[in-house]
Amino acid sequence: MRLVILDDYDLASEWAAKYIRNRIVQFKPSADRFFTLGLPTGSTPYGCYQKLIEYYRHGDISFKYVKTFNMDEYVGLPRAHPESYHSYMWNNFFKHIDIDPANAHILDGNAQNLEEECQAYEQKIAEAGGIELFVGGIGPDGHIAFNEPGSSLVSRTRVKTLAKDTIVANARFFGNDLFKVPTMALTVGVGTVMDAKEVMILITGAHKAFALYKAIEEGVNHMWTVSAFQQHPRTIFVCDEDATLELRVKTVKYFKGLMHVHNKLVDPVLSIKDQ
Amino acid sequence: MPSNKSVSDAPITQFINCRILRDNELQREDLWVREGRILDPEKLFFDEQGYADKRVDCEGSIIAPGFIDVQINGGYGIDFSQASEDVSDGVSFVAKKILEHGVTSFCPTLVTSPPEVYHKVLPQVKVHDGGPHGAGVLGFHLEGPFISAEKKGAHPEKYLRTFKSGGLEHLMEVYGSLDDVAIVTLAPELPGSQSVVRELSQRGITVSLGHSAADLSQAEEAVQQGASFITHLFNAMLPFHHRDPGIVGLLTSDGIPAGRAVYYGMIADGIHTNPAALRIAHRAHPSGLVLVTDAITAMGLPPGRHTLGQQVIEIQGLHAYVAGTKTLSGSIATMDMCVRHFKQASGCSVQEALEAASLHPAQLLGISPKKGKLDYGSDAGQSRLHLYFCLPAVRAAVVPPLCPQRFLGCSFGLFSWWGEGAV
Repeated sequence: MRLVILDDYDLASEWAAKYIRNRIVQFKPSADRFFTLGLPTGSTPYGCYQKLIEYYRHGDISFKYVKTFNMDEYVGLPRAHPESYHSYMWNNFFKHIDIDPANAHILDGNAQNLEEECQAYEQKIAEAGGIELFVGGIGPDGHIAFNEPGSSLVSRTRVKTLAKDTIVANARFFGNDLFKVPTMALTVGVGTVMDAKEVMILITGAHKAFALYKAIEEGVNHMWTVSAFQQHPRTIFVCDEDATLELRVKTVKYFKGLMHVHNKLVDPVLSIKDQ
Repeated sequence: MPSNKSVSDAPITQFINCRILRDNELQREDLWVREGRILDPEKLFFDEQGYADKRVDCEGSIIAPGFIDVQINGGYGIDFSQASEDVSDGVSFVAKKILEHGVTSFCPTLVTSPPEVYHKVLPQVKVHDGGPHGAGVLGFHLEGPFISAEKKGAHPEKYLRTFKSGGLEHLMEVYGSLDDVAIVTLAPELPGSQSVVRELSQRGITVSLGHSAADLSQAEEAVQQGASFITHLFNAMLPFHHRDPGIVGLLTSDGIPAGRAVYYGMIADGIHTNPAALRIAHRAHPSGLVLVTDAITAMGLPPGRHTLGQQVIEIQGLHAYVAGTKTLSGSIATMDMCVRHFKQASGCSVQEALEAASLHPAQLLGISPKKGKLDYGSDAGQSRLHLYFCLPAVRAAVVPPLCPQRFLGCSFGLFSWWGEGAV
């Protein structure tokens, strides 16, 4: 695991965006060879999306040959609802870049047959050649996507009922009315994300600190599903100072000491203009 | 990128870097248009997997819905009340010119005239949508002849009429046909008006009170029967009196039936209404204010003397006088001037000023879309789709960039676009 620690949210977002940018540019995607990217939603990746849009606007990256697969979507929420993950992705990312709509995949929480929808999604990922880089976040209860505590660490894309913690955390987007928050979601499984060639988890804020501690300093445990990535060959955790508040000083010092190595991944920052 | 073909081959244009008047506010959003209709970009992206074929940079301009002028008597030398053979040519000519002022739909207005004029003029112009060729016609506004002699203003006295028994049938005799009529202005104190107001309203025609000496209770009665508009508030009616506010009192009346609204036309040229009076009306009932030009034949003509019909008019700036006198002979302000003046005089926001010339008249005529759907036309069976800003399917209409930009000293620019094939 690489643990990349930046001073604040903005710097963490920027580091993550630069990393994604470099990976895409280095890959040299083309019509025969798409770059497949797994994407999260929520307040954590927002800054990262903003930076990626900025890079696109400056002509440094293009999403023309990028295929995206979002992690999850609520069940039963109308797609046009402002809190649906379709709306989130459209407003905060797709609207501003040059991705081909046919290549932007999000689970359909209003599908007639949810199980088939999940299976079809796994199929689409397989057909795309698997995910090159899966970007994700972490819930306060340590979940990745909607793989709530107790989810199998080898799970695949499926329907999940949301945990109370998650519903409470999301209530702020639904006028603080717990009854308005959807109770089920479609989500990629822990196993699905583990299949990706590389995983990058963004974790910012003090409220995520305990989850980060559980994810990387304790054992692999299905109660803190992000811990599964301890067994992935290429995982990067990008976080800010506040998210490290529950870690041992020794851990933090070690990884901060490695920043000069980590920074080689984002410096120099590459651009398609130079190709 | 290959063009989206799943729904339509027509090209999609995306307007970027603009501010859109939507949901009663100016939003920094892109606007997506195909064949003259505004698209829901999320639907386009997720359902159709489509995207823009062309991007237009608006450089921060505002995209506003087209203005609707519900009271305009002519312009550029054309007088709609003239019974000529080529009325529709005249209407089309004015329709094209007023596009430059941001007006994309209007109600050609006929002042009090003898039946022969109505019988000749009305059949020549049908309700039709606008396009690059000119603003759309929403229907005639018949101002008179059923108005008060005492408040006739510039209308010819000898053609004034009262209601005979038989109500609507008599009206039909005078007008000939009501098929393409959107608004009728009448004086509700005339005996027999109640059944006329009711029947006209039931037919989907907007009834307006004007050129009248009615008191407030007569006006309220008319509203209860279906009247919903006041023709050029303050002008040609009894002045506001604190014990009988007259028609002006409708702005704050509690005698309006629930769920109904009364709108009022204002000529905001700075001449026909004192700015203080404009402010009083606006503050009393902001959501009912409808900007109208009440423009006459001389509108759009250059300064100097012009012979129009039987009159010689002299244009000096925004004033049109009967030549050699200081008697105003009508209004020659254009709609964009009115919008600008209204904003300046009332201190309202850009969005409110734009809505007074677009949303409010659309609501008045019952053609404004409710959330997510459009209101279709009246019994005539024609859909009066209108120029509006909401999703999903509305037509955007705007003004060519060659017209004055940067109104109001802020970047209030009306922007233009008409798609190929837009009707």
